[in-house]
Amino acid sequence: MAAGIPIEVTGLSKRFGPVTAVDDLSFTVRPGRVTGFLGPNGAGKTTTLRVLLGLVRASSGTATFGGTRYRDLPRPLETVGAALDANFHPGRTAKQHLAVYATAAGIPKSRVPAVLTMVGLSEFAGRRVGGFSLGMRQRLSLAYTLLGDPGVLVLDEPINGLDPEGIKWIRGFLQSLAKEGRTVLVSSHLLSEVQQSVDDVVIISRGRLVRSGPLSTLQIGAAPRTVVESPDPLRLAAALDQAGLEYAEEGAGFLVEEPDPGRVGHAAFVGGVELSALHQVAAGLEDSFLSLVGDGGSEGTPGIEPVRVGGEER
Amino acid sequence: MTVFRSIAAEFQKVFTTRMWWLLAILLVVYVLFLAGGFGAFLGWAVENPDAAENVGNTQLPPGIQLGPLLYSFASSIGYVFPVLLGALAVTGEFRHKTLTPTFLAVPHRSVVLGSKYVSELVLGAGFGVIAFATSVAGGAAALSAFGLETGLDDSDTWALIGRGVLAMALWATIGVGLGALVPNQVAAIVIVLAFTQFVEPILRLGASLNDVTAQIGQYLPGAASDALVGASFYTIASVGSSETLDWWQGGLVLLAIGAVATIIGGATTWRRDVT
Repeated sequence: MAAGIPIEVTGLSKRFGPVTAVDDLSFTVRPGRVTGFLGPNGAGKTTTLRVLLGLVRASSGTATFGGTRYRDLPRPLETVGAALDANFHPGRTAKQHLAVYATAAGIPKSRVPAVLTMVGLSEFAGRRVGGFSLGMRQRLSLAYTLLGDPGVLVLDEPINGLDPEGIKWIRGFLQSLAKEGRTVLVSSHLLSEVQQSVDDVVIISRGRLVRSGPLSTLQIGAAPRTVVESPDPLRLAAALDQAGLEYAEEGAGFLVEEPDPGRVGHAAFVGGVELSALHQVAAGLEDSFLSLVGDGGSEGTPGIEPVRVGGEER
Repeated sequence: MTVFRSIAAEFQKVFTTRMWWLLAILLVVYVLFLAGGFGAFLGWAVENPDAAENVGNTQLPPGIQLGPLLYSFASSIGYVFPVLLGALAVTGEFRHKTLTPTFLAVPHRSVVLGSKYVSELVLGAGFGVIAFATSVAGGAAALSAFGLETGLDDSDTWALIGRGVLAMALWATIGVGLGALVPNQVAAIVIVLAFTQFVEPILRLGASLNDVTAQIGQYLPGAASDALVGASFYTIASVGSSETLDWWQGGLVLLAIGAVATIIGGATTWRRDVT
């Protein structure tokens, strides 16, 4: 295995005509940790990764692997493994697909069955990729990244299209790769998708950096709130109004924008309202994530980006 | 070292998909049908000159060598197949979005395109060998069935075959250049078929009617290819002036078209962002 190398993005900008996809972005990804690269769809994640891998030219700034641009790496596939989209020539088998690029990169043929076994595709090695499901394509993409046993892995939305079992598997797999000292960068538009497996996060929105650092620092983002319920919701609402508290209806009661349940209880006591429930709720990670990236991202469906499945021959 | 690995990978890409042998089979069927069929017709026409006179005014030019004429069908008819093979090698990468893994494995794009150029040159020559094997087998069988000279004991015939194989190799590089200029696969195929089957034959016929245009017409790729090979059914089909380039000039014209198209494509569409 090659050594883990930090990924360094410095002042990176990319404009497509009038559209600024990435805007003066800087962050570092450390070896030995899984880093989540997060942001809503269209935030510029994929563009950033494509610039990093030399597929898209930067308008300004740099994106390097320990100071070396991708195209200047002496043995790119053995330094960096990257999976950007699950597109393949449908007429090739899984084994042939990998063998072609092993030849191009000068990687021994024995790695092909080895990586297919690692991603759990060995029984489909001789099958044409055209008949693969999205989950199998994702696994084949991952197999491609592992061909050169690289110290750095860059994966764009690797969880898309995986079944629950596959998701569980890939989380553990990414963790084990990082434990071996590799640099692992995983993009996702859903924090909840990766929160169990990432150590660090880099959050971007509209091409700009919002936050980067260990996942634990993210939790300060949104304050906890208080849930309060009463057999007489109308009087409770009046009491909350009286105390000047902001609240919203939630389930049988109200969600109050107040971290201290004592103050909410006091307001109810002053109003002479009987309470059936009163407790604090911690803000979910996804909530603080969404509040960080702003409404630009939380709107619309946190859907699955279109991925071509099937595809015709030739 | 990187370059040789990249060339090997390009060969592997071709041989791990079905397109190359589908095209090869079509090439064989097409050339066999035309070379064998036309050979049989010529044999019959020579044997029955009076009857042939009544069939559409067929008058063979005196002293023409039937063997080389029939054998040249391999390139004068079959050249569309190496062009398609070369074009598909490039456009397929765009169509199936395999440029991403390709450029990740070999980040220097000019190395990839150069590898395609070299590998298609070799594969085009392979198509040439297949095509001429077919036309010689079919044509010679038809000729000898009517007791006519096959010309296979003549070294000039074999020189013609060798030049024909070279022409087929150069046609494949023209396909690579076209694919680099027109990455849309459907558009590239339509251009190949329309140009080779329709536009160029008409241009050649039209150009041959006038001495001035005939000078220009000989630089058309099909005309240059026939000049390189040294025989073509055009030489008996053409009306008016049938001026052609020297064989080496024809070869240089083909080489230049393929190389220039590849270089221009490589500097434009091939360098675009892969998104």
